[in-house]
Order: sequence, then structure tokens, then C-alpha cells
Amino acid sequence: MRWGESPPVGPARSIAVQIMTGGALLASTLDLLAFSPPGWGSALLAGLVKSVLIALGAFGLGLLIGIGGAYGKLYGGPVTRDLLAVYTTIVRAVPELVLILILYFALTSSINNLLLTLGFERIQISGFVAGIAVLGVVQGAYATEVLRGAILSVPSGQIEAARAMGMPPLMLAWRVTFPQMLAAAIPGLANLWLIATKDTALLAVVGYAELTLITRQAASTTKAFFTFFMAAGLLYLTISIFSTLLFSRLEAWARRGQVRPGSG
Amino acid sequence: MPELPFQQSIATPEPTLTPGFWAPRRIVMAAIAVVLVLWCAISLNWSWLAVERYQVLILRGIWTTSWLLVVTMVLGMLLAIPLGLAQAAGPWWIAAPARAFCGLIRGTPLLLQLWLLYYGFGSLFPSIPWIRESAIWPILRQAWPYAVLALTLSVAGYSGEVMRGAFKGVPYGQLEAAKAMGMPRFTVFRRIWLPQALQRVLPTLGGETVLTLKATPLVATITVVDIYAVSSRIRQDTFVVYEPLLLLAIVYMAIAGVIVLLFRWLESRVPVKTA
Repeated sequence: MRWGESPPVGPARSIAVQIMTGGALLASTLDLLAFSPPGWGSALLAGLVKSVLIALGAFGLGLLIGIGGAYGKLYGGPVTRDLLAVYTTIVRAVPELVLILILYFALTSSINNLLLTLGFERIQISGFVAGIAVLGVVQGAYATEVLRGAILSVPSGQIEAARAMGMPPLMLAWRVTFPQMLAAAIPGLANLWLIATKDTALLAVVGYAELTLITRQAASTTKAFFTFFMAAGLLYLTISIFSTLLFSRLEAWARRGQVRPGSG
Repeated sequence: MPELPFQQSIATPEPTLTPGFWAPRRIVMAAIAVVLVLWCAISLNWSWLAVERYQVLILRGIWTTSWLLVVTMVLGMLLAIPLGLAQAAGPWWIAAPARAFCGLIRGTPLLLQLWLLYYGFGSLFPSIPWIRESAIWPILRQAWPYAVLALTLSVAGYSGEVMRGAFKGVPYGQLEAAKAMGMPRFTVFRRIWLPQALQRVLPTLGGETVLTLKATPLVATITVVDIYAVSSRIRQDTFVVYEPLLLLAIVYMAIAGVIVLLFRWLESRVPVKTA
């Protein structure tokens, strides 16, 4: 087949041009990324740690909301289902950036109003907590759909059998539903985790100093735009490659004992 | 594996516009929604909507968002088709770069890609004399080419992956039959392979379009004046905090609704043979 096309961007070439025109050498690039103070390496890594922590928090919160949402959508009353449908529809139709702004302002001001009416001092909510809360709410909507599909993939006879044995609902979920839905849920959850790591970059727009914002500060201070943005891109890429590997091993583990994976 | 009939009753909670849609609880919920909207309309501050300058800005912003979405989706799909084909059927020296490109785009945040292109090339181009003197310099000085490029590459990366699956999903017998009829390779592609792949991918493509719509507000960070930038400007000018954001959410939901309806219509046009 000859219809393939090689990727249209050539970042390597532009670096070469930059090096030739700017007269900057590889050594000075390494200086910029050094860990000691004139270099920005440690600042970038600190940003990376913040990004990963926020992504972890948001993913965990989203998972909790998603489990609740999925059970609500499957077994809840009609009103619960409708409300959850409204929640997932709105979150999936409105850009994350807009949701972050709305929730960021709404969340902080409503918590402060609540505290004031209860007679407490108003508090400054840290960007870290607000970021986790906001991204968690967004993740929750997607996780609801992923987990709903995964729970449906558990043969209903299994759940009925457990019910017939008189298992209480929580034990049923823990012993029967969760272990069996895990294999079906992991690909979707892996995708969500990758979205979570990338969505943390949106917090740069509201001024939270995570990896992308620090990268921009470093780049505009030193004027070495390609160096820093590509270094940050490499960091994000490393996360995504490592998590893809991790999740595929996790899936293999969750599928152990299954005869034909995915053939249903 | 035979499905138990019980599962069916659980698996169909999707509310559709059937006669049973307007159950009493739905009427109550709709009433609450109407009251909420009325409360928003009356008690919140919408006076800025009456200012003519802002009306013009809002319409222009919606227009910018819309054309950005259409242009980048079309260009991105044009790139995604060869990318998908390269991964599905190309030799390894074409498939590997295509896969690497998709991985690169999907593995890094769009905001970072956008800033790399805008700030990186934006600082590089002025230092190259022949670009400054060329006819395209007035275009390269503006922000929108970088926005279009970044969004297009993003669509290409995500949809290229989708197209790979779609090309692989076309039954091989179809291609063999076409080959056996003596069809030239390109005709096989144009008449058999591509149409069936596109047909398969239509529902996913609708979702991809909504995701692209949700990515467009990022271009406001590189000074493209889309509806998001307009809303931020109104917020800065008037010190009204929530209302422009609510308008923004409504606009995006409306556009997303139009996209969903459009793709539903497209899907209904595709003849489906049900056995």
C-alpha cells in the first residue's frame, strides 16, 4: 500500500534551525534544564509532581463519583436516573475549561457563603484542592458511563446467584461485581486516567502553577520556547507511556483465567 | 453467549422521546428547570446583553468558534484518513511514524502543543529574514493559523487512531472480492474501503467533533477571539462574574446539540441492512 503519509510536523528540524540561527548549543540547552537554580529542571519536576498529584486526586474522586453514578443509573429510582443523565450530559457537552471556571468560582464562593452563614471566617481555597474537586467532577461523569458499561458486562446470573445466597449488597459488590467488571472497566479507566493527566494542563489557564504553566514561565523568561515546551511534552509523554504499560499489565492481571479475552 | 432476559430490563434506562417520556416526575423536573431558568433570567444581571457592542462581539465569537471547528474537523479528517490507512495497511516504515505521531498527539496536552506552536514558531519566524519579507508574513503574524494547525493536528492524531480501527474492521472478503473483479487499487479504496470505514466510524466521529468543540476555547489563550475570549472580555469589562460563563455554557451546549443532531441525521441517511 502506498497511501500512507508521514507525519507533517518536524520539530527536530525546527530545533536545528533554532540552534543554527540562535547560535545556541546543546550545552546551553542542557544548562537551561539543569537542576541547580539557574536551570529550570527542578522547577519543571516540581510542576510535574503537582500535575501528577492533581491527576491522581481527580481520578480517585472521579472513580468514587463514577461508582456511585453507575450504581445510581443502573439500580436507582427514576428520579435519580434522570438527575444523573442531566449531570453526565451537561458535563460531556460543556468544555472542561468553562466548567473549571464555573465550578472554581461557584465552589469557592458557595463554600465561603456557607462558612459565613455558619459564623466561621472565610477561607482561601487552595488551587490544589479546587483543581482536584473540579477535575474530579468532570472525571466522574465519564467514569459513570465507563463503569455502567462494565457492570452491565457482568453476567446477571452471577449477581442473581449472589442475591439468592442472601449476600448483603456491599459484599455482593465487593466479592462478585467488582472483580468481574474490572477487566471490562480497565481500558476505559486507562483512557480516563490519560485524560486526567492532560486535563491538569487546563489549570494553567486559571493560574495554577502546574507543569504547563511553569513551562510557559520558564520559556518566556529564557526565550527558549522550543526547549521547554518539548521538555514538558517529553515529561507528559513519559507519563502516558508508563501508564499505558501499567494499565495493560493490570488488564492482563484482571483477565487472568478468562478463556477468550474480549470475545464475550 | 446467550444474554438473560433480565439484563435487558436493566440495560434500557435511556430516556428517549417516546410517549412514556412525560411521566409525572419528568413534568415536575421540567417545572423545576423552568423555575430555575426564570430565576436566572430575572435575578441575575443580564444588562450587558443589551449593549450593542457586546452583541456584535458575541455573534462574532460564535462565528469564530464555528468556523474553527468546521475547518479543523475537515482538515483533520483529511489527515486522519492517510494516518489510519498507514497504520492499518502500510509497511512498517510508514506505519511506525504514523503510530508515533498519533501517540505523540494523544500523549501530550493540547494546550502544550498549542503554546509550542504559537510561542515557539512565533518567536522563531521573526528572526528569519526571508519569511518576514514573504507574502505570507501578514498571515503568519496572526494567531489563528497556529490555532488551526494545532487543532488540525490534534484531530488528525485522535481520529487517525479511530480510522485505523475502522479500516481494519472492514471485512477482508470485501476487498478480496473487489480485487478479484480486477478493480485497480485506488478504486478499491475509493469505492469499497473508505466508504465502509467511514460508515463504521460515523458514531465515533460525532463524539470526536464534540470533543474538538470542547477543545476550541483553548485558542483563546493565544489571543484568538472566539466566544470564550469574548466572554472573558465581558467579564473583565463589566465585573459580572457568573452570567457570561452561563451564556458560554449555553452556547457550547447548543452547538454540541446541533452536532449530535447533525450526526444522527447523517447516520440515518446511511442504509443499514438488518438481518
